[in-house]
Amino acid sequence: MNFLNNIKQIWQFFLEIISSINRGNWKTSDIISQIYAIGVRSQSVVMVTGVFTGLVLTAQTYFQFHKFGMDTMTLAVNSVAMASELGPVLAALMVTGRVGAAMAAELGTMKVTEQIDALRTLNTHPIDYLVIPRMAATTLAMPALVCEAVAVGILGGYLLAVHVLGIDPAYSWDNMVSMTHVSDILMGLIKGFFFGALISFIGCYKGLNCKNGAQGVGIATTDTVVVASIGILMLNFFLTLLLSKLLASL
Amino acid sequence: MIKACNLYKSFGEQAVLCGVNLEIQKGEAAVILGRSGSGKSVLLKHMAGLIQPDAGKIFIGDLEISSLNERELLEVRRQMAVMFQGAALFDSMNVGENIGFSLYREGKRSHSEIAKEIAGVLELVGLKGIESKWPADLSGGMKKRVALARAIIHKPSIIFYDEPTAGLDPIASDSIDKLIKRICEIRQVTTVVITHDMRTTQTIGEKVFMLHNGQIYLTATPKELFASTDPVVHNFVNGISDNKSNLT
Repeated sequence: MNFLNNIKQIWQFFLEIISSINRGNWKTSDIISQIYAIGVRSQSVVMVTGVFTGLVLTAQTYFQFHKFGMDTMTLAVNSVAMASELGPVLAALMVTGRVGAAMAAELGTMKVTEQIDALRTLNTHPIDYLVIPRMAATTLAMPALVCEAVAVGILGGYLLAVHVLGIDPAYSWDNMVSMTHVSDILMGLIKGFFFGALISFIGCYKGLNCKNGAQGVGIATTDTVVVASIGILMLNFFLTLLLSKLLASL
Repeated sequence: MIKACNLYKSFGEQAVLCGVNLEIQKGEAAVILGRSGSGKSVLLKHMAGLIQPDAGKIFIGDLEISSLNERELLEVRRQMAVMFQGAALFDSMNVGENIGFSLYREGKRSHSEIAKEIAGVLELVGLKGIESKWPADLSGGMKKRVALARAIIHKPSIIFYDEPTAGLDPIASDSIDKLIKRICEIRQVTTVVITHDMRTTQTIGEKVFMLHNGQIYLTATPKELFASTDPVVHNFVNGISDNKSNLT
């Protein structure tokens, strides 16, 4: 019964968001300020994640490929894996920890201190003012963050491969460019878009439905990180299957 | 102006309101009394459309608000304001932004006009020139005054006050009571105050409702309330605990 109530509540929350988007009651300035808070300020954590993932992926791939004399294929593996899988997933997991948790904590605190009720009495719908800007900003910022993570991951891998591992740069570059297709890059960007929507949806939903004071805020924050992280991994699997079919012709 | 008809509300197993009926006339200053946990704040939130009743109806003027959805309620709430027990100031905004929030959101006036309005209401509540301070830097009494300024800036015709003097020292309480009374008189607003403070009741109330066991136990003037010989009312007014009663 509780499970069905939760599903109903999530569905109603979703419908409220659609209704708010259609009404256009949200403000562009709110979205821009959220893009700064969510997107711009997440860059450092996403880039650090991207570069170290690219480095370790390149190193491990090289160690295995070297046994078979396939050194110059190392960067191609790094590039495809970063663009289509590791870049979007790891960036999304980092954004979940930084942004999703913050959203749940911020909105949860507003809920338990009656600030959400105060908003409602000031003729402002919480979905218009709090949820739409956060969802729009995260959804728009995530593909850009994925781009950054992928770019620094590939760059880090290239520098390691060429300057430390001594792989031939010309062949490596050529293999990387020929093996990395537009579909791999598009797949990463589309995944970033969906992951952004998922993280902000869960963060806002958990925050706005927070109960029982400080403990409730803690639970909402933890739930957001756990649910969104699992959701990202599951959604990634289905998106990989779906997008690899849809983008196969590119 | 405000009418509650046979209002019921439960949270899980706990019945909070069990058939509440009350009527508050336009321009009247009503006080709703009751012990802690008696459902006063729940009743106020019903009247402000923040909670939907399980059964019963609430009317604001001729409009029944208990059946409206949140978007429709936003329109109704243009004529009302609520001052919350904990002030509920937005802690990510300074005092000026808190007070001018609804005007900035409307976007109908220039920033300089809104700044003038903010300065005006701040002066009215006795806190001139604190626009740039942050809620965290204010005392409890100052927060309540800022919340009051935020409530009155869009000139509502109904103001709900949830425990306006809770947690304040007697002098700060008295100044808030007088301020509420003054705003009620100057702006001719319908005032609904939730409290268990007898001094607030005496200072502000023209009509008093006492909530007991989920129902309106008494409707009276403050004079009648203080003169009542009914044991429940008498004990409450004089703060006499009954050995049999639970501590709630």
